Amino acid sequence: MVLGIISLILLYYLKQPMGLITVSAEWKRIFNGGMVAAAAIIGIAAVKIPLISGLATILSFVLAAIIVVVTLKNPELHHRKGMIYAWLPIMAVNVLGESIELINKSFYTKWENYFEVAELFAFIWAIAMWINNSKQRKALEQEKLKALAREKEFKITESLKNQLERQVEQRTKELTEQKNELENTLSELRAAQNQLIHAEKMASLGELTAGIAHEIQNPLNFVNNFSDVSTELLTELKEELQAGKTEDAMEILEDVIQNLNKIHHHGKRADSIVKGMLQHSRSNTGQKEPTDINALADEYLRLSYHGLRARDKSFTADFKLNLDPEAGILQVVPGDLGRVFLNLINNAFYAADEKKKELNAKGEKDFMPTVTVNTKKISTGVEIQISDNGKGIPAEIKEKIFQPFFTTKPTGKGTGLGLSMSYDIVTKGHGGEIEVDSKPGEYTVFTIKLPKS
Amino acid sequence: MKSKILIVDDEKDVEMLFRQKFRKEIKSGSLELCFAFSGDEALTVLDSEHPPQVVYVFSDINMPGMSGLELLEKIKNRFPQINVSMISAYGDSQNYEKAMNSGAKEFFTKPIDFDSLKKEIGALMSEKN
Ligand SMILES: [Mg+2]
Repeated sequence: MVLGIISLILLYYLKQPMGLITVSAEWKRIFNGGMVAAAAIIGIAAVKIPLISGLATILSFVLAAIIVVVTLKNPELHHRKGMIYAWLPIMAVNVLGESIELINKSFYTKWENYFEVAELFAFIWAIAMWINNSKQRKALEQEKLKALAREKEFKITESLKNQLERQVEQRTKELTEQKNELENTLSELRAAQNQLIHAEKMASLGELTAGIAHEIQNPLNFVNNFSDVSTELLTELKEELQAGKTEDAMEILEDVIQNLNKIHHHGKRADSIVKGMLQHSRSNTGQKEPTDINALADEYLRLSYHGLRARDKSFTADFKLNLDPEAGILQVVPGDLGRVFLNLINNAFYAADEKKKELNAKGEKDFMPTVTVNTKKISTGVEIQISDNGKGIPAEIKEKIFQPFFTTKPTGKGTGLGLSMSYDIVTKGHGGEIEVDSKPGEYTVFTIKLPKS
Repeated sequence: MKSKILIVDDEKDVEMLFRQKFRKEIKSGSLELCFAFSGDEALTVLDSEHPPQVVYVFSDINMPGMSGLELLEKIKNRFPQINVSMISAYGDSQNYEKAMNSGAKEFFTKPIDFDSLKKEIGALMSEKN
């Protein structure tokens, strides 16, 4: 009877969740069946029918044993082991007591006090175990809670990780798109740059055209004039010879020889200008060739001057050439270096002319814009200086003048590419150096150093 | 009487050309030519004699430094009695008008037509004689 009640209690607790541990629905069904059986056993035992109630008592033993064995053997129910161990002494004492009572009632009545003492100890044991178990259970629960918290944390981390991965993927995609876009832009810019360089070349060729026209016209005039005058002289020579004046005839002959030399000289001059123009318009395929630096500087100074002069009738300026005969021949790309000279000389005339205009506006008319080109042989090669007495370059923009697209000229007057192209031609193209020195309001000097090849 | 003429041009070969073209006149002593190769040089020549012997100046326009037009103005300011004519490769109206307004006598274009130049100088010499 007592064991039936104990079984009922055990089954009830087995069914209940312990902290966070729950048993499956199947176990719950089994425990419910067990509880019904226990209740039936208790009921039958309570009727006190001699043989039947004894049988019920034995059944209660069996049920209790099944509960103990099942709980201890099944891993799923291990969390209830403590409870079983707590109840085991009481159950054992009762089994013993009730068995003896069944077999020999008088013996049991005689020793009943001892059984009660044993039962008391078993009860104390149960309480001690219960306290201990609940402590353990709390620790376990704590542990479980921590594990849960860790798991939760892990899940959060995991989802964060996934989120990050998605973001990284997204960013990578965006960056790749941006990269492609930038690459496209870059190649477009390259194409635009090439076009601009071409345009700059064409523009400077345009600037040259007027100068070239003048520079070709002048020698051609001499060719025409000297050949005309030679024809006249030869007619005179014929007359002198017929008159027998040999001395005068000789004099005329000397003149004719001189004239033919002049015709040759001016023909060459026109020829070299045309060749220079062709070199200038030639694209990047320009090959390095032995070049007379002095002649190149001279040629481009004149082209620049006459070009400016032809385009602006009010333009007046002076130029000076101080050429070192020792400067000699260097391996350069004449068209490219000519472009550098043209650019720097044009700038120099422009700066000097601007200063003249400013002074004129103030009523000072005596200023003569002057551009000077010097060449000098130096130990490492040749130094070319292009200086002007113009308005100079303010210190704050001196650093920027070689940057592409930097210009101080009004919109439409300069592409801002001239100096950066000159810089590239001198440094990258010829392994040389280019420097600028300037005093605002006073002068600007560009110094180019070209190495011996 | 001898006429002294100053020719101003930055191209030095002009001297040889003129001396050959006017060799007879020079030989006969009726014409004296002198040359200057810049505006400044021309003024120095004119300043070297008091009063200047030069009666006629032919000047190029397109020269480094002082341009022919600036020289024309200066000569007309200081020596109004001297004739000045321009000789330029650029016969455009802008140069022409500027020269004429500044008191130029004639405007010749390059290449020089020596026949018309001789006529001009001939007229000057007959005027003198
Ligand atoms: Mg000239």
